[in-house]
Amino acid sequence: MTTPSYAAGVDTAEGQLSAAAGPRGFAASSRSAGRVARDSRARSVLATYPHWFYLPAALVFGLFFVVPTILSFYFSLTRWTLFESEFIGLDNFAEFLGDDRLTLGLRNTIVYAVMTSGLKVLIALPLAVLLTSRIRLKTLFRGIVFFPVLVSTVAVGITFAVLMQPSTGLIDTALGALNLPQPEWLGNPDIALYSVALVDVWKGIGIAMVIFIAGIMSIPEEYFDAARLEGGAWVRFRHVILPLSRNASFAVILLSFIGGLRTFDLIWTMTHGGPGFASDVLTSVIYKEYQAGFYGLSTAGNVVLFILVAIIVYPLMRFFNRRELDL
Amino acid sequence: MHTTRVRRAFLAISSAALVAACSGTTASPSAAPSTAPSVAAASTAPSTAPAPSAAPVTLTYLVDDSQNTKDTAQALTDAYTALHPNVTFTIETRPGGTDGDNIIKTRLATGDMDDIFWYNSGSLLQALKPADTIVDISGEPFIPNIDPTFITTVQQGKAIFGVPSGTALGGGILYNKKVFAQVGITPPKTWAEFESNNDKLKAAGIAPVGATFGDTWTSQLFVLADFYNVNQAEPGFVADYTANKAKYATTPAAMAGFKYLQEAHDKGWYQKGYQTLKFEPGLAQLADGKFAQYPQLSFVLSTIATNSPDKIDDIGFFAMPGTDAAKNGATIWMPAATYIAKTSKNIDAAKGFLAFIASTAGVDAINAKVPPQGPYVIKGSKLPDNTMGAVKDISAYIEAGNAGPALEFLSPVKGPNLEQICVAVGSGQEDAAKGAADYDKDVEKEAKQLGLPGW
Repeated sequence: MTTPSYAAGVDTAEGQLSAAAGPRGFAASSRSAGRVARDSRARSVLATYPHWFYLPAALVFGLFFVVPTILSFYFSLTRWTLFESEFIGLDNFAEFLGDDRLTLGLRNTIVYAVMTSGLKVLIALPLAVLLTSRIRLKTLFRGIVFFPVLVSTVAVGITFAVLMQPSTGLIDTALGALNLPQPEWLGNPDIALYSVALVDVWKGIGIAMVIFIAGIMSIPEEYFDAARLEGGAWVRFRHVILPLSRNASFAVILLSFIGGLRTFDLIWTMTHGGPGFASDVLTSVIYKEYQAGFYGLSTAGNVVLFILVAIIVYPLMRFFNRRELDL
Repeated sequence: MHTTRVRRAFLAISSAALVAACSGTTASPSAAPSTAPSVAAASTAPSTAPAPSAAPVTLTYLVDDSQNTKDTAQALTDAYTALHPNVTFTIETRPGGTDGDNIIKTRLATGDMDDIFWYNSGSLLQALKPADTIVDISGEPFIPNIDPTFITTVQQGKAIFGVPSGTALGGGILYNKKVFAQVGITPPKTWAEFESNNDKLKAAGIAPVGATFGDTWTSQLFVLADFYNVNQAEPGFVADYTANKAKYATTPAAMAGFKYLQEAHDKGWYQKGYQTLKFEPGLAQLADGKFAQYPQLSFVLSTIATNSPDKIDDIGFFAMPGTDAAKNGATIWMPAATYIAKTSKNIDAAKGFLAFIASTAGVDAINAKVPPQGPYVIKGSKLPDNTMGAVKDISAYIEAGNAGPALEFLSPVKGPNLEQICVAVGSGQEDAAKGAADYDKDVEKEAKQLGLPGW
């Protein structure tokens, strides 16, 4: 139930980068393939449909995802002005990979992805445990935690950029009233990236929580009964919830890690990769090259991003899938 | 080597997507298909009586979304429709900056451009492949009305592509006259005077220099507006720089701008919160005297006039101070231009409108609605008596012969990341030498991407 809606959430979080369609299509299709393989009954039902039933979806997917992705591989090898393109071999890749800013961008991307996916697990799991226990106003609290997911990422970015303004923003005004230090959340090059990552966590926690809730609710009641005999809440958490919601943890880590690697909209609306280049990530480096009119070069950057996401995520997914079968 | 088949396939796809995306907003190009009314003939003398018998035409006009451009386009089109009731306009807006550049390039490449559009002159125009996409107007009778310095910025070979729309702009330092009077200082001509002024301002508890790095483009003026001084000190720099021989990092006069940025940071000249302040609140702080000086382009004056009308008279302009007081002068940004897309079905009607823009009647139409931000480049045009003080300051530089165009109007080479580099230097993340060297690399990348000779 929850998995499709999460995939939709990932879609909206995607930037305008065309080749980013690649990793997404890749993740979605192999995920569903895995599901089909596991459920042989579903496969026999599917097989009763004629193959041309796939045609409309294949057309849309082919025209808007496969063709542009393949074309982008070609254009990454050209000097491309939109008006004409000239084949220049691997020069764009040499230029892109030789850029000083890329090292910083890569480092920031990894820091961002690890930090957001880690924090989401650390915060969402206890929240999910709390909100599946017998407390009052459970539904209301779930709604409140989930709410930021429904808001457009760009709107969230603009709003927090205003809230984090040093002299006029609500956050620093409140801190000032309490005589606490008032950091330059987005203006200080040392903390700008972390400020954005915190907002990302705030926005993404709802999805992670819902996946954990689904995982916890799917644990058969007998285990909880056994845990009740064995001991208190800690046993229940440590020996029942934690191991048996592992699939949910894998899903949260994997999806938020991919999301972190591809992050763009929050960074762009809050800092534009700045101050200077301090919070540049891979996607903002690519986007700035696109903005500058270096279409071939930025396409090469997207191809690099595509390969990088595939290299990092594919082994992770294989690993998690194998663990899933072990259960 | 052009692989047209692949390109066409791609363009077909992207234009299909664009059409789908834009169909809600784009007006259909024309209500009167393939007519060639004799508007052009009538409008070469725009102040004469309207031509009553011409067939009705609607011209679509794509302009950037700054208030000043929108107001100027509205004033021009309203005045033209009043003279020629058969010609009406649909004005469409787009974002400014690099996002706007991409919209222009995409729409030209896919044949989806409005009849006429408003866009920069100078190096940015050259990236549009004007010979393939824009109508050449070099044979039109209104061309001699235009100042020849401007013509060079919309020219490629013998072809001329656009008419100046709005005013030229001065790049330099806007200052608060009240604060200067209060502290007892006068506009400096040399960097040493600027420094001693700033010491006095600081002693008086006023931030000497404003910065608004929240809008990164505002960070570049210390470098870009210093170009008149650079050109005076190193007259060969433009040619050598364009030919990949001179570099910012190895030309002391050119590197001065980066040093100024670093000095402003090191000496604490900027106001509190300058790293994230946006440009409009920054203008309000200048008008209110919270900081004394703001390196800027003069197009911001109309925003001050709108937001703080009682304080616009407190704002003055002086050129970027240099090393030599005798050679100090202002760097001038040429006006944007209005161009006709080759795909337009109403080229003759559009030429009629361009003739109006390039006439004193067009200038009068703008002056009636929009306060000028700088001098016009239409021959015979005058600034009205109630022109803002800072604009008069800029005109004084031009009339005295102490002004010249900015580098981007003399060379096609301009790196895209100058604004981020200036923020990095101005906020102390990099020093001037590193900033200048980084900018040289940025420039090299751009020149290679443009396929310029010698790079």
